[in-house]
Amino acid sequence: MSTLNILIAVCATYVIFLFLIAFMAERAAMRGRGHWLRSPVVYTLSLSIYCTGWTFYGAVGNAARSGLEYVTIYLGPTLVMVGWWWVLRKLVRIGRTQRVTSIADLISSRYGKSNTLAVGVTILAVIAITPYIALQLQSVTLAFEVFANEAAAEAGTAIGQAQDQTALWVALGLALFTVIFGTRNLDANERHHGVVMAIAVEAVVKLTALLAVGVFVVWGLGGGVSATLERIDASALGHWQMNGGRWVGMTLLSAAAFLCLPRMFQVLVVENDDEGHLRTASWAFPLYLMLMSLFVLPIAVTGLDLMPVGTNPDTFVLTVPLSQGKEGLAMLSFLGGFSSATSMVIVAAIALSTMVSNHIVMPVWLRVSGGGAKVSGDVRHVVLLSRRLSIVGIVLLGYFYYRLSGGGEALTAIGLVSFAGIAQVLPVLLGGIFWRGATRTGAMAGLTVGFGLWLYTSFVPSFGAGMVFSEALLSHGPLGLYWLRPEALFGIQGMDPTLHALLWSMSLSTITFFVISLITFPAPLERLQAAQFVSIYQHTGGPRSWTGGVAQTEDLMIMTQRILGSHEAQALFQREARRQGLSGDLPEPTPEFLELLERELSGSVGAATAHAMIAQIVGGMQVSVEDLMAVADETAQIMEYSARLEAQSEELSRTARQLREANRKLTRLSVQKDAFLSQISHELRTPMTSIRAFSEILRDSAELAPEDQVKYASIIHDEAIRLTRLLDDLLDLSVLENGQVNLNIRQGRLGAVLDRAADAAMASEAGRKLTLVRKAKSEDFVLTTDLDRLSQVFINLINNARKYCDADNPRLEIRVFRGEDRIFLDFVDNGTGIAAEARDLIFEKFARVSDQRAGGAGLGLAICRQIMRRLGGEISYLAGESGAAFRVILPAEVAMAAE
Amino acid sequence: MSDNRPRFGPPHRPPPFLERGTYIQRRVMDAARLLPLLGVFLLALPLLWPAGTEAAPATSRTLTYIFGVWTVLIVAAAFLAYRLGRGEGARGRDAADG
Repeated sequence: MSTLNILIAVCATYVIFLFLIAFMAERAAMRGRGHWLRSPVVYTLSLSIYCTGWTFYGAVGNAARSGLEYVTIYLGPTLVMVGWWWVLRKLVRIGRTQRVTSIADLISSRYGKSNTLAVGVTILAVIAITPYIALQLQSVTLAFEVFANEAAAEAGTAIGQAQDQTALWVALGLALFTVIFGTRNLDANERHHGVVMAIAVEAVVKLTALLAVGVFVVWGLGGGVSATLERIDASALGHWQMNGGRWVGMTLLSAAAFLCLPRMFQVLVVENDDEGHLRTASWAFPLYLMLMSLFVLPIAVTGLDLMPVGTNPDTFVLTVPLSQGKEGLAMLSFLGGFSSATSMVIVAAIALSTMVSNHIVMPVWLRVSGGGAKVSGDVRHVVLLSRRLSIVGIVLLGYFYYRLSGGGEALTAIGLVSFAGIAQVLPVLLGGIFWRGATRTGAMAGLTVGFGLWLYTSFVPSFGAGMVFSEALLSHGPLGLYWLRPEALFGIQGMDPTLHALLWSMSLSTITFFVISLITFPAPLERLQAAQFVSIYQHTGGPRSWTGGVAQTEDLMIMTQRILGSHEAQALFQREARRQGLSGDLPEPTPEFLELLERELSGSVGAATAHAMIAQIVGGMQVSVEDLMAVADETAQIMEYSARLEAQSEELSRTARQLREANRKLTRLSVQKDAFLSQISHELRTPMTSIRAFSEILRDSAELAPEDQVKYASIIHDEAIRLTRLLDDLLDLSVLENGQVNLNIRQGRLGAVLDRAADAAMASEAGRKLTLVRKAKSEDFVLTTDLDRLSQVFINLINNARKYCDADNPRLEIRVFRGEDRIFLDFVDNGTGIAAEARDLIFEKFARVSDQRAGGAGLGLAICRQIMRRLGGEISYLAGESGAAFRVILPAEVAMAAE
Repeated sequence: MSDNRPRFGPPHRPPPFLERGTYIQRRVMDAARLLPLLGVFLLALPLLWPAGTEAAPATSRTLTYIFGVWTVLIVAAAFLAYRLGRGEGARGRDAADG
């Protein structure tokens, strides 16, 4: 029993060592000293979980049974890695950009964040991977058994039924390790440094173990390379005997599985820290695979030679050293197999539990717990708990499968069943990242067909006849339908069962996927995601999928706290608020912010759930045709944006122009007011001075000639009148401006009003002779308005012409014409007119066109404007005439009422 | 890590001819794309060998051939990875090749 006890002790030490490694790696990562954790070497070694216990033991068994065929399992991944520029590079880029958490998440995200699809892929993965986990348990048990048998043979006792217990203990131990290091935290991007480090160490152990056994076999037993090659040629496997279909089929299958296996996706894409690591892994991982398979055939041949007939070739790696008394080597070899099995189970359980928890448990929990996304309270513990339970559930499921299947079958066969199952995802995966036309419905249909056919032709028959499918069903087909026999579908007989299942499931699922995709039309979100995924190198910006403004930031905050924890959520929101330039803690729910938030959340709960949760608060996805167009053609977006900017800047410059105009006018008005004050003082002072002077003469000079007295008195009188007129004008204006004027509405002919005005204006002897040009006919209608006020306006205009027209023969033309609803009277003289810059000022109070010709106080036109306003019309300067031109406009009803 | 292209600006139109370094870089990418196809071809070749008869090549020879091809693929991939890595550092982006 000593060997077995030592083995158990070594095993326990090794496990503790792994715990320590994982723990230290986690600590280092947490303290930010984990640069070496993210090296390309660790990444490459972590990929080695592809080489499971199946590979470790089964490859030798496979080689012993069918020669070189075992290399196909390694050649497929080699080709995928060497061809990383095609697929892996794109997958990793998509995974990093979209914060993908699992292969189910990737597919759901690509096909419009459909949770149904994610659930489908998850179920498929769980069903396909369960046998594989069972396989690992079986391989560990098998290895234990070898040592137990050895021990029993030594002690001469029979071995007990300890196998099942071994498997159970291993399963429980693995579940514990995975729970501890796989669900330590809800890392935003699902990276598990401890686990990755542990499996990297395990990768080294298993490679070392296999190489050690190989070196022992070749140089220790075989006597060198050439002797070993001769021995191979002399054995039953000595000649090339390859089934071409299996050679190609297995290579293809392993390549497909390498891409689609959830655990491979986990280490390849999710745990990837740097795209550059992929570059190193593109050659380093094939090298690893080559080293792993280098000594397989020599070990198999040696085993066949040395071991008694009937020994399980799957255990040659252990039994050959044991038979030679090399117990240390056998122990190392055991640890290698143990490492292979455990690392696979750990990562597979993490990957599957992420999928189960994100796509099945969380959506259900969120729905069942009522209130939905807005309820407060931390859901992280729910996520973690669901992951932990999923891990335990998945590992135990593997254990039950192992119990159920009896663990009898050859390792390779179960592995291939698993591979074929998970390979069903490949068409949907590749179609999704290379073909924009792939639709959700197509993916669903393709997956369903592939999955169904795999269950029917491969998975269920793998239990063996009589377990689920009866003997009769297998040999005669369901209901006697001969051509529907599970292992000879459509009458194809004699084919290798794995190949048969692969052929039918893959071909039919691919065809279904493509045909359904062609005839269905994708939803807007699908099209957005399709564009994102297929042209991942062009578009790195997110889609404009959320329309902001509807979302309540506070609700989002509550929801985010539940998933990320309050500390992280607050930090995230504060950072975003600062980035948006806001002072508070809550950022605006802009589309950019919502996208960021969705990505952050999807790192914890998966894309579909994160999307659904945000949709619950924001009020649904709003992808419009405009959004699609904007994504399809970014230039359109830019043009739209710049057009908007242009319009805005134009409006701004217009406003600025108006403001400048107003400012100029104000400045001029201010100058004018100052000018007026001096003007009015002057105007008042001049008559006052003469009145005072002449009244003093009259008072002081006793003997004045009577004619002089009359003359002086009349001067005083005239000046007084001038003063009165000035004051009258001022009074008049202020009355008009205050609106206190009473209009004296009368009827009269326009011609008569003009006659009177002309007479009054021409009466004063001041000013020059002015010729009036009028058309009596056009003036022949009756007005109903304040005729006195109107004539006051006319008098003013005619007077102005007399005073200011600078032509040699001054002439004033009065044109009257009637428009639609207004009457126009144009007063046009033949002078030089008024300078453009003065035109808008002449209607202001105290305005004077020029200082030299001081004829009045500059109130005339201001009064005119006020009068016209009162009368419901207006007066303006008429530009475009040769001389000074004024236009008086009267409302038409003034004339209509009279007719 | 790439794609720092400005999102606004005139539509990006790649120039018709590339300068020497970029041109060579593109050909390295082509080689990276072609390498797995070469691998498939070389690994499918044994299917054309006579199998199961006396004329079939000895397993040792097949073994040597397969592991030889494997080694060639690894060395070629390592060389291309080195060249691509150098190019990535120099160019910093690979937006136009996807």
